[in-house]
Amino acid sequence: MMPDLGKYGDTVMSAYVASIVLLVLLVVISVIRGRHVRAEMDKIEKRVMGNG
Amino acid sequence: MSIWEYANPKKFITTTERVLPVLWAAAALCIGGGLIWGFFFTGDEVRQGSTVKIIYLHVPAAMLAINTWVMMLVTSLVWLVRRHHVSALAARAAAPVGLVMTLIALATGAIWGQPMWGTWWVWDPRLTSFLILFLFYLGYIALWEAIDDPDTAADLTSFLCLVGSVFALLSRYAVNFWNQGLHQGASIMRAEAVIGTDTQEKVSNIFFYPLLLCIIGFVLLFVALVFYRTGTEIRARRIKALMARERVEA
Repeated sequence: MMPDLGKYGDTVMSAYVASIVLLVLLVVISVIRGRHVRAEMDKIEKRVMGNG
Repeated sequence: MSIWEYANPKKFITTTERVLPVLWAAAALCIGGGLIWGFFFTGDEVRQGSTVKIIYLHVPAAMLAINTWVMMLVTSLVWLVRRHHVSALAARAAAPVGLVMTLIALATGAIWGQPMWGTWWVWDPRLTSFLILFLFYLGYIALWEAIDDPDTAADLTSFLCLVGSVFALLSRYAVNFWNQGLHQGASIMRAEAVIGTDTQEKVSNIFFYPLLLCIIGFVLLFVALVFYRTGTEIRARRIKALMARERVEA
């Protein structure tokens, strides 16, 4: 199944691994921060609206 | 219906949350499909061998590295002219995406360059302008983080974005301005190729179609990330406003 990459196997694989890791990190960090901020906003909204 | 309706933060969030699941799924399908097609089902190129498979990551990332800055320029101008907070926050949300795309373009270019050019790096016009663009992204993100008042931060980063646009354009057209350096000229999006007067070498269709799918996937991923991250920035701004209100009432 794996294509024969010849003498450039390491070159191609390292480019793919580096890029995919960076893309996945970007998405995961964005989603984690998004969820954290949303939860904090809900908490503060409840507190402020409850007091007001 | 006017585009300015989406300058309302609530309207922006409700609308984007409706389209986000479709965008995430379409981006994953296109990128996954394009990479599998390119990696497993296309052969080697005569001169580059299997390193040609790196274009499926390098080209879309490089395109987005430049176009993210163009998008930030447009939204920064909207902020400066019309003072819509959503546009300033969209520029802020897009910057880390552009930074990662520039980093991918630089890294994959260096990895490809080592066996093909015999060096990881040369001070070639396109490579150098991309490195400067990367530094501008870092500076832009740092400036947002360094200033507490969001309106002042939006003003200053918008001006930085205007200055940085020179390098974004330079990155795009560097290979046309100077006939020196190792980086080849544009071989995919060329006006001559579109109007049919092209005599220069271009990417073979065998490589072009999976590449096109990857480009579409990267654009969809960019839109999804910017929508999602802008929503996060809007909420973070609301948290600051609520906390300020709480302090006044206390």
